Amino acid sequence: MSVLVLLDHTPDGALRAPVRELLTLARDIAGADVHAAWPASGAEPTEETVAELGAMGVGHVHRLVADADLRLSAVVATGLASLVGAIGADLVLALSTFENKEVAARLAVATGAGVVTDADALTVEDGRYVAGKTVFAGTWTTRCAVTTPLAIVLVKANSVVAYPAEDAVPVAIDDHAFQADDAARRVRLVERTERPASGRPDLASAHVVVAGGRGTEGDFSAVEELADVLGAAVGATRVATDEGWIGHDAQIGQTGVTISPRLYIGAGISGAVHHRGGMQASGTIVAINSDPDAPIFEIADFGVVGDLFQVLPQAAAELRARKG
Amino acid sequence: MCVKHVPDIQSERALGPDHRVVRDGGDGTLNELDENALEAALTLVEAAGEGSVTALTVGPDDAVDAVRKGLQMGADEAVHVVDDAIAGSDAIGTARVLAAAIRHLGGADLVVTGMAGLDGLTSLLPTALAELLDAAALPLAAEVTVDGATVRVRRNLDHATEVLEAELPAVVSVTDQANEPRYPNFKGIMAAKKKPVTTLTLADLGLDAAEVGAAGSRTEVLDAAARPARDDRVLINDTGDAGVRLAAFLLDNQLV
Ligand SMILES: Cc1cc2nc3c(=O)[nH]c(=O)nc-3n(C[C@H](O)[C@H](O)[C@H](O)COP(=O)(O)OP(=O)(O)OC[C@H]3O[C@@H](n4cnc5c(N)ncnc54)[C@H](O)[C@@H]3O)c2cc1C
Ligand SMILES: Nc1ncnc2c1ncn2[C@@H]1O[C@H](COP(=O)(O)O)[C@@H](O)[C@H]1O
Repeated sequence: MSVLVLLDHTPDGALRAPVRELLTLARDIAGADVHAAWPASGAEPTEETVAELGAMGVGHVHRLVADADLRLSAVVATGLASLVGAIGADLVLALSTFENKEVAARLAVATGAGVVTDADALTVEDGRYVAGKTVFAGTWTTRCAVTTPLAIVLVKANSVVAYPAEDAVPVAIDDHAFQADDAARRVRLVERTERPASGRPDLASAHVVVAGGRGTEGDFSAVEELADVLGAAVGATRVATDEGWIGHDAQIGQTGVTISPRLYIGAGISGAVHHRGGMQASGTIVAINSDPDAPIFEIADFGVVGDLFQVLPQAAAELRARKG
Repeated sequence: MCVKHVPDIQSERALGPDHRVVRDGGDGTLNELDENALEAALTLVEAAGEGSVTALTVGPDDAVDAVRKGLQMGADEAVHVVDDAIAGSDAIGTARVLAAAIRHLGGADLVVTGMAGLDGLTSLLPTALAELLDAAALPLAAEVTVDGATVRVRRNLDHATEVLEAELPAVVSVTDQANEPRYPNFKGIMAAKKKPVTTLTLADLGLDAAEVGAAGSRTEVLDAAARPARDDRVLINDTGDAGVRLAAFLLDNQLV
């Protein structure tokens, strides 16, 4: 079993947090021999990043280097296709993001690989990779085997607990140079604007999320206050993002970000099916809503029928007091 | 333009004993997000002042409703690929059938799809389809414009906003932010009744049954189970101390 992990990284050369989960999974499967690919799209791994990779058990880092823009998914897919061949990998692991779904689709067409997206577990059974996956807004769990020699598995954030290897390994970094063919050059990146970091955890991978909906009437201060006490990310419904109360990147749901944090707290959110589709797989669900018949209470472990402007600040104050 | 017939997301969705989506519950519908795709295709053709929109779907008998809805919204033609051997296809298999159908129909300058099927939500199809058609892939458009032979999209990703451009032919998938789908009006509904739906089989497309369907699928669902409902649910009414009780719940369950 030889595993290749795609290293999603920030423009500053740091690993995206959930990549550590992938590295943990990869090590469980491949033992010591974990390979990783670093798309050289401008940023290089910082010293800290290299140390972290070693601590996670990654012995081989292959910089994908091309005469084309590695921020384009088609170019990354081309590089991975040739790297998979070069190192003889039988599994490619990457985070389940929209960009990586593009990479996976192209890589699958190019290599004949089978793909599982949005996986939350991965095992080897009878020599085949078997991924766990919830479907239909987290209401069904399935197990899905990849039947081809090469498997591509995209894993959701918060699926496994990341931990370092027993012994850190030395990290060898080499260049994997490749040519981007015409097919990889069909699309031009005219403009890319990185979203400024909010200072709060990243919504897609946060362990705790506090979300607000129409019930906030545009005032997110109570939601943000509780989020900050909990060290949580802030999310929202599409109503709140469409109204411009908060950025579109905060939208949780079927057409927004899919999250599965340990704890989700929704305030002033009815629990429409489109929203539930993006959060129903959360560990513990808490809902605050003034309407006792709000559908979100059907899936809430702890529900409060009440006014969010009363309940949230009181909870925040109590937590601050008890945490000292 | 490709549309998908999926179980209505407001209904109880299920996987059958064969681990496939139950698609014959009688409450199937046009994948909601594909209405955005239809709207985008219609608007682009209207803006260009020429061209036509074909609604294409791959799926069982019922799936014809999806392209009918497309005709009602204003598509010029409808094509339904139906064949027992297609059942059980994964996203790549479906992309193969769609690519063959588009070739059979003489190709398309622009293929517009939804951002995701609200059933499987894999979002793999648009990129795979582009690859199979030797066309550019521009997924997740929140805005799409065509200027001559150049297509341009703006898209919002997790960490960034991008503007992408490519020469036609291209495959674009559009998000629900791209537009507000029109409702079919009475005239559209009447006109749609007169428009025929072309039905194609794998043989018509020159596709081998072994390449698609369960036979050609690269993944196999081993088991599927409905998740048990959450138990031990607590619902309290705020009588003045709900915030304190919420904090206690979080602390007691080691959630903070
Ligand atoms: C194709 C499509 C895709 C969509 N995708 C998404 C998506 O990805 N994500 C998403 O979220 N939505 C999505 N939607 C929209 C979705 O259908 C709902 O409209 C939306 O989620 C509702 O948001 P809400 O809960 O904030 O508002 P509402 O449904 O209006 O609910 C507001 C709730 O706040 C409560 N409330 C009011 N005041 C207070 C108060 N002071 N204290 C406590 N509670 C209060 C009310 O009782 C009510 O239950 C999509 C819709 C479509 C058609
Ligand atoms: N069977 C199908 N027939 C036609 N279009 C499809 C089919 N399956 C998927 N699509 C299109 O591809 C998009 C993405 O689907 P998916 O990759 O399944 O999430 C959908 O929004 C549809 O536009």
